[in-house]
Amino acid sequence: MSSILALEGLSKSWFGIPAVSNLTFDVRENAILGLIGQNGAGKSTLMNMIGGVVTPTSGKMTWRGQPYAPQSAADAKKAGIAFIHQELNLFTNLTVAENLFIDAFPRRRGLIDWARMKERSTEVLKRLALDIEPTLTVGRLSPGERQIVEIAKALHNEASLIIFDEPTTSLTPREASKLFDVIATLKSTGCSIVYISHTLGDVQKLADDIAVLRDGQLVDQGSAKDFPISRMIRSMIGRELGGFFPPRSQRPENVGPILTAKKISQPGVVKDISLNVHGGEIVGLFGLMGAGRSELARILFGLDVHAEGEITVSSTSLAPGPQARIAAGMAFVSENRRDEGLMLEAPIADNLALVTLSQFSKAPFSLLDFQKLRNRTENVKNELAIQARDIHTQPVKTLSGGNQQKVVIGKWHLAKPRLFILDEPTRGVDVGAKYEIYSQIQRMVGEGSGILLISSELEELIGMADRIVVMNRGEMMGEITSANFDRENILALAFQESAA
Amino acid sequence: MATEALAPSTLKRAGLLVLSDYFVLYLCIGYVLVLSVFLPNVLTPANAADVLSNIWPLLVVAIGQTFVLGIAGIDLSQGAVIAMTSVVMAMLIAVTGNPVLLSKAPIWGVIISEQGGLLAGMSGGILLAIFIGLLVAALIGMFNGFAVAYFGMPAFMVTMVVMLMIGNLAIYLVLSENINQLPPDFIKLGKGDLVSLYFGAKDQSQIPRKIIYSFVTYPMIIALSVTFIAHYLLNRTVFGRYVFAIGINRKAAEISGVPVRKVIIAVFVIAAVCAALSSILYSARLEAGRPTLGQGAFLLDVIGAVVIGGTSLFGGKARITWTFFGVLLFVVLSKTLSIMNLSAFQVDMVKGGVILAAALLDVWRVRLSRELVQ
Repeated sequence: MSSILALEGLSKSWFGIPAVSNLTFDVRENAILGLIGQNGAGKSTLMNMIGGVVTPTSGKMTWRGQPYAPQSAADAKKAGIAFIHQELNLFTNLTVAENLFIDAFPRRRGLIDWARMKERSTEVLKRLALDIEPTLTVGRLSPGERQIVEIAKALHNEASLIIFDEPTTSLTPREASKLFDVIATLKSTGCSIVYISHTLGDVQKLADDIAVLRDGQLVDQGSAKDFPISRMIRSMIGRELGGFFPPRSQRPENVGPILTAKKISQPGVVKDISLNVHGGEIVGLFGLMGAGRSELARILFGLDVHAEGEITVSSTSLAPGPQARIAAGMAFVSENRRDEGLMLEAPIADNLALVTLSQFSKAPFSLLDFQKLRNRTENVKNELAIQARDIHTQPVKTLSGGNQQKVVIGKWHLAKPRLFILDEPTRGVDVGAKYEIYSQIQRMVGEGSGILLISSELEELIGMADRIVVMNRGEMMGEITSANFDRENILALAFQESAA
Repeated sequence: MATEALAPSTLKRAGLLVLSDYFVLYLCIGYVLVLSVFLPNVLTPANAADVLSNIWPLLVVAIGQTFVLGIAGIDLSQGAVIAMTSVVMAMLIAVTGNPVLLSKAPIWGVIISEQGGLLAGMSGGILLAIFIGLLVAALIGMFNGFAVAYFGMPAFMVTMVVMLMIGNLAIYLVLSENINQLPPDFIKLGKGDLVSLYFGAKDQSQIPRKIIYSFVTYPMIIALSVTFIAHYLLNRTVFGRYVFAIGINRKAAEISGVPVRKVIIAVFVIAAVCAALSSILYSARLEAGRPTLGQGAFLLDVIGAVVIGGTSLFGGKARITWTFFGVLLFVVLSKTLSIMNLSAFQVDMVKGGVILAAALLDVWRVRLSRELVQ
């Protein structure tokens, strides 16, 4: 098979620092290329060059045998290259059809030709086996369906190369497997695909070829057949990783329950949830998207109200609101790092200090002790191995996903909490940083903290947790201890009612 | 190669100048210097004294606004608060009331009469009136903050409504008339001088008052005290950090245990109290309680000055020193434009243009700082 897109010596540097250097490889026609690499390996820069957002410093690209040098995103689109990003570019207030035609509405006598729009949308959606009305507002669709609408947009624009960037991060396992079916269909109808993901199992399953980037260079490539996950990890991080999960830390014994929730109910959100987390214990909370996991976490942390039930920390009940909980030793890492976890524009140190600011004020006039602040934040940076140039001036948004997450964990670290609620702490984080975050979690548990670990990756919970609580449609379906961890069993509980 | 190496560094230096905290001050000095070449009479002691006296009250209001912009809010009610507190304080302390002007007003006979205001002549009456004025302002600020923090209403909406209601209430209370005859001790707060200079030959035994120019005045002391306190509050305390945190990401601040609602209320109270303090300065200087203070393009001056200083309308980026320089530039601009014999309308048109330029500059600065980080 011939190549649809060939890269030759492609390089890009920012202010003399190379982001991508001397990349040479082909995307084969009618095949799926799995592209992997840690955060900061240069995947985004590469994608931006292909997409015409960034101009290469040197090197050239060839598209279907012709020189290809896109000057804008429109050039890439015209050539037939489409991007499906992690964060979707859909207008949630508009209908599916309007989203497909957003850049070129068909017109008849100067007015929008709704009939043609509907006809064409229905046809495209049918090719993707998505059974929805094109007149539905995108805001009412599930994340999985929205993803497919995004693909429909690509097909509508006659794309022949579709680049997926972390498409499964917000999908349930079932939606993800449907997406994989769609990708297979796309391939069978002649599309070429680049699939970028941190979920190496998916890449293994889907891809025909695999290319690995590290530090802006192509370090390994080959057919997916001879590319087991172990080789992917080795190439990505440049060394052997003992395994996905760090060894379990020595747990302190007989630490009583720290967090106890009794019969928590909130109409339409959660029903009758009782759980507890002991010191020195990791309790996993598993459920599909929409099972009420994150909603429960927000209630436990006092961000949302609950109608019935009682939440206690170390057997004392709490005033409403997060402040009382923080004072009682709770910490919360939200699943939504960018919107709720960080002040993206602010320097790293400001983010790290936010939770514990009041510890740094000194009498008289309660002025901030900047020296102490500098030292403490610097310590956290070193303890958590946050990779940053200068934490006092560098905005947190310039960090990679993994390092950003470390900052979120770090800001709580300073408060020395005894109970962590971690909602999807490794979402959008690469393998190396994942391992470091897991190690942090094990260390905290070893020091006697209790952890409520929420995740939609079952492997992660099986690898880390001492108990797993399964939720389904706002209800607790069961609680399984580590001796009885069984993939099938847990999934069955998670799917149970929704299958009926 | 040599030019290539040089070009980025000069560019970078120019960039750093634009990003400097003192950029607006440099701009202001540069503007005056350039202008003095064409208009030599700009640099006279009379003009300098006039510019100074105009800076202080505006600076105090603008400082309050800086806090609100810091949390990504806006306070349109400051002008109305100035009018309201001006009326409240004046009606309490006026030495006599003028029946010709005020006999039909709702406050006549209740709070003010021909014998003056309720607190007229009372020892400590002026202080008590000022306290009441500040209290009224604090309550208005509290209302603004409460509506924004607890009901999640947009600050723009809330403060616009308060502007309408309080501003017109102030006019209704005195039926749009001024309250004159304020006690001399109060007037001192707006005009009293500590250091004044006479520039000229010693050829008269008596120097006429109007050619002695005041430099160190009571308003200056008051405004600079507010400035120092505000500077420390915003930059050096936990409270200031909370203000920025809310401005950048309110949700993250809430999850991190920042008392978001209390801080928002406090910020609006600060804005209103600053307005009341400047109301003291304005009323004392004009020797009257005026229900029409702070109307019209006044808010343009306040928000314009703060934004020109470099404080972001999007929150999380604010400095009291920036506001000081912004106010300085704004006042210098107004003064020089009026020296050039432009009418008030023309002056406002130019001011509008300057604010537009400042907003554009802010966008550039953000882009520039992003590039310098890369």
